Amino acid sequence: MIKFDGVTKVYGDKVKAVDDVSFEVPEGNIVVFLGPSGCGKTTTLRMVNRLESITEGKIFVNGTDVNSLNQIELRRNIGYVIQHNGLFPNMTIEDNVMAVPNLLSWDRKKKTDRYNHLMDLIGLNPDEYRKRYPHELSGGQQQRVGIARAMAADPPVMLMDEPFGALDPVIRSRIQNEFLQIQQEVKKTILFVSHDIDEAIKMGDGIAIFEGGKLMQYDSPSELLARPKNEFVREFVGQDRALKSLSLHTVKDLISERMLRKADGLQKHNKKTITVETNLRDALSILLNQEADQLFVQANNKLVGAMRIDDVEAYLHHHIK
Amino acid sequence: MNKRLVSFVIKLILFTLVMSFFAWSFKSGYYQLIIDDAEGFIFLLIQHIHMVALSSFLAIVLAIPMGILVTRPKFQKLQWLFMNTANLGQTIPSLAILALAMTWMGIGFKPAVFALFLYSLLPILRNTVAGIKSIDPDLLDAAKGIGYTPAQILLKIELPNAAYPIMAGIRTAVVINIGTAALAYLVGGGGLGDWIFTGIMMRDNSYLLSGAIPVTLLALLADQLIRAAEKLIVSKGLRPSAAVSD
Ligand SMILES: Nc1ncnc2c1ncn2[C@@H]1O[C@H](COP(=O)(O)OP(=O)(O)OP(=O)(O)O)[C@@H](O)[C@H]1O
Ligand SMILES: [Mg+2]
Repeated sequence: MIKFDGVTKVYGDKVKAVDDVSFEVPEGNIVVFLGPSGCGKTTTLRMVNRLESITEGKIFVNGTDVNSLNQIELRRNIGYVIQHNGLFPNMTIEDNVMAVPNLLSWDRKKKTDRYNHLMDLIGLNPDEYRKRYPHELSGGQQQRVGIARAMAADPPVMLMDEPFGALDPVIRSRIQNEFLQIQQEVKKTILFVSHDIDEAIKMGDGIAIFEGGKLMQYDSPSELLARPKNEFVREFVGQDRALKSLSLHTVKDLISERMLRKADGLQKHNKKTITVETNLRDALSILLNQEADQLFVQANNKLVGAMRIDDVEAYLHHHIK
Repeated sequence: MNKRLVSFVIKLILFTLVMSFFAWSFKSGYYQLIIDDAEGFIFLLIQHIHMVALSSFLAIVLAIPMGILVTRPKFQKLQWLFMNTANLGQTIPSLAILALAMTWMGIGFKPAVFALFLYSLLPILRNTVAGIKSIDPDLLDAAKGIGYTPAQILLKIELPNAAYPIMAGIRTAVVINIGTAALAYLVGGGGLGDWIFTGIMMRDNSYLLSGAIPVTLLALLADQLIRAAEKLIVSKGLRPSAAVSD
């Protein structure tokens, strides 16, 4: 869907911000660009909708070289979310969300329907916010409106530059979840810049790690955590990469490996129940916090078994390490 | 709270002073002239307004496009030249500009309007440039990124977001203009300055005040009218920041 082919960006004639980068993003995937500050994530992203020119190489969207397209048309067909949401303060929320449809001169009915649908999608009441202005919204709400604006004309591709960067951890995590849910429904091809490895693991179908403008590794999160290609990546993902990779697995995986034990009825006084969708990292932290020494596992409100710290450890050794 | 109280007290004192001045001057019959020579007064008043309106209008229609032009990327390099020339222009006293206009255009209404026009140009130009330049670059980037053309960015993002400083520039220019127009008398441009200068020369308070007070009221009225227009023109979404920079 999106293909980078030997892409290089030189600012002025000295700064090589992006250096011979090649990779492909399949349709419907979220790929997270990760790396230290100044490594070229934003530049790589902005070459896709030609906010930056491409010095060398080619970028294809849906098989078409972006340089062969009219840049205004190209941008209207690619959703774009910037870090500080960039909502237009002089426009109402409705006008902000409908910015692109307005450019495309959609008819009134189609716009209203689309606005209502998008606001429902991001969990804001369409009528309550219609005539409000950006400054009357909280940071998290503005961020969500920014996402709705990027999705307004239903572009198949979205570029998101640290869209959740300015949010506090709790709201951030909630919006990440909401966004993943929306993505389940809309299945966009998304390039997503982040500098947070945990966010990358959570959001990405693939992760591209950059350093000094070079692509260090491009792999799925689990592959990246299990087999870092070089010292830089190993260090970047951190010493606790085994632990991090636990968040990619859920209790369901334990079940399919037949590693769940029978629920032990005798310990009912010290029990805590989780669902099979809980990821193993969360399960482990509940166990470590000694909220319980055994967790009861439910699927569809029925008890299916129990798990202890040893089980997580065994799974880690057999299937991740 | 304290600040508000202080500002309220100051306003109250000023208001009382102004009102007692009015009462005193009114009782002394200094405005009798306006009634006795109503025809003359209205003629001068209209002349005054005509001068201000024409020169302000010309300044607005030239300064705003000029401000837009010098903030385009292509003209980035010329911007300092423009602004420095304009700033230099502002340091020349209004009287000198009048004198210069007179040597070039002779005496009468035209040189007065021309001088007032030149003098109004700068506040509007400066505020237009500052207003456009102060727009968060992220906004422009977002607008570009979602596919606005340069013209759409100008009309839908830049001008609306710079509307408050631009309107403030217009307001400043018009208010100053109304006062400065009293000098038009010196080049034979007419206006209420005729009475003010007659009053000065003849040491006649009734001429002086019958000219000066209407000029003051006119300035206050224009200020209020333009503020009302601001409320209509500037987007509600920009109000809070507008209130801060007021
Ligand atoms: N307009 C520009 N002109 C010159 N150099 C630039 C420009 N934009 C970026 N650079 C340089 O290119 C390099 C890559 O910048 P880029 O913004 O892509 O980094 P990034 O990975 O997004 O960093 P961050 O995480 O801090 O946002 C940096 O060294 C930066 O200084
Ligand atoms: Mg960046």
